[in-house]
Amino acid sequence: MATANTFVQIGSTVTVGSGGAANISFSSIPATYTDLVLIISGRSDYAATISRAKMQINAITTNYSNTMAYGDGSSVSSTTNTDYITYIYSVGSTATASTFSNSNIYIPNYAGSNYKSVSVDSVTENNATAAYAVIEAGLLSNTAAISSLTITDANSGNFVQYSTASLYGILKY
Amino acid sequence: MAAGATYVSIASQTLSSAASTITFSSIPATYTDLIIVQQGTAVTTAAAMQMELNSDTTAGNYSCTFMYGDGTSAASGRYTGDKMVGRNYIQQQNNIIQIMNYSNATTYKTTLSRSNAAGNLVGTIVSLWRNTAAITNVRLFVGAGNFDTGTTFSLYGIAAA
Repeated sequence: MATANTFVQIGSTVTVGSGGAANISFSSIPATYTDLVLIISGRSDYAATISRAKMQINAITTNYSNTMAYGDGSSVSSTTNTDYITYIYSVGSTATASTFSNSNIYIPNYAGSNYKSVSVDSVTENNATAAYAVIEAGLLSNTAAISSLTITDANSGNFVQYSTASLYGILKY
Repeated sequence: MAAGATYVSIASQTLSSAASTITFSSIPATYTDLIIVQQGTAVTTAAAMQMELNSDTTAGNYSCTFMYGDGTSAASGRYTGDKMVGRNYIQQQNNIIQIMNYSNATTYKTTLSRSNAAGNLVGTIVSLWRNTAAITNVRLFVGAGNFDTGTTFSLYGIAAA
């Protein structure tokens, strides 16, 4: 029976500095693992209560699809898009001060020759209106191993100081 | 103090041919929670992915409540006598299943699942197995069609620090 730890941080946590950042990237991701987990705590300077970021894989710009379901505190809705594999929700600059979103992105078999499917959970609770709870399914119809991830604010805003992103690899035997 | 291993690969399977069922058996009681990650495609027919624990085939011992979105609308429902923990689609998709406190012999067992098939459906399911036995055996299966060749199933154990 294998007993080694298989949940390993890849590189270091990215913490956005005082100047903000238009995007957060992880490059040269090794093919050592089987699954990836990306954890993001984010806030945008976009002037709204809610913002969202797009995740791009290997700088690929086509062949994405996404289905999401979300609740905003009063109703639930569902939509699709083909822009990027996932939207990662964050709170905007008019949301309650010091609140940050939480997002968990799981990517199975990221180094395999299969198309890449992802599972995303995003929440933006800020003790006010217009908070979102989001679940998403994303697909990149491309068989290349994933070696880079780039998360960019979809509203041309910036991630603000203290936003963080951590990437983990899961290894099986 | 050095941290112990807390996220451990217990077993994994990659289908070399299409199959309607897979089983993880002899699961040790060493951990606190289990996580199963399935990724792949279905053969010709989409269907619910179901789960039986400890070879208990009695449908009446299982129930689930779910919420999903299909890109147009979102809805919620519940089934009694149903073993659903996910969906199996022809398109590349994944299901992630978390079984909490699986090795205690006192409480019924609760499962939280996420099903992800972009272009078809995204959903979350909470399932209940009304049995207090420690889980040592997990069978995943589809009632129609098969899991296709290349579909992967990984079983992980989460240990208390």
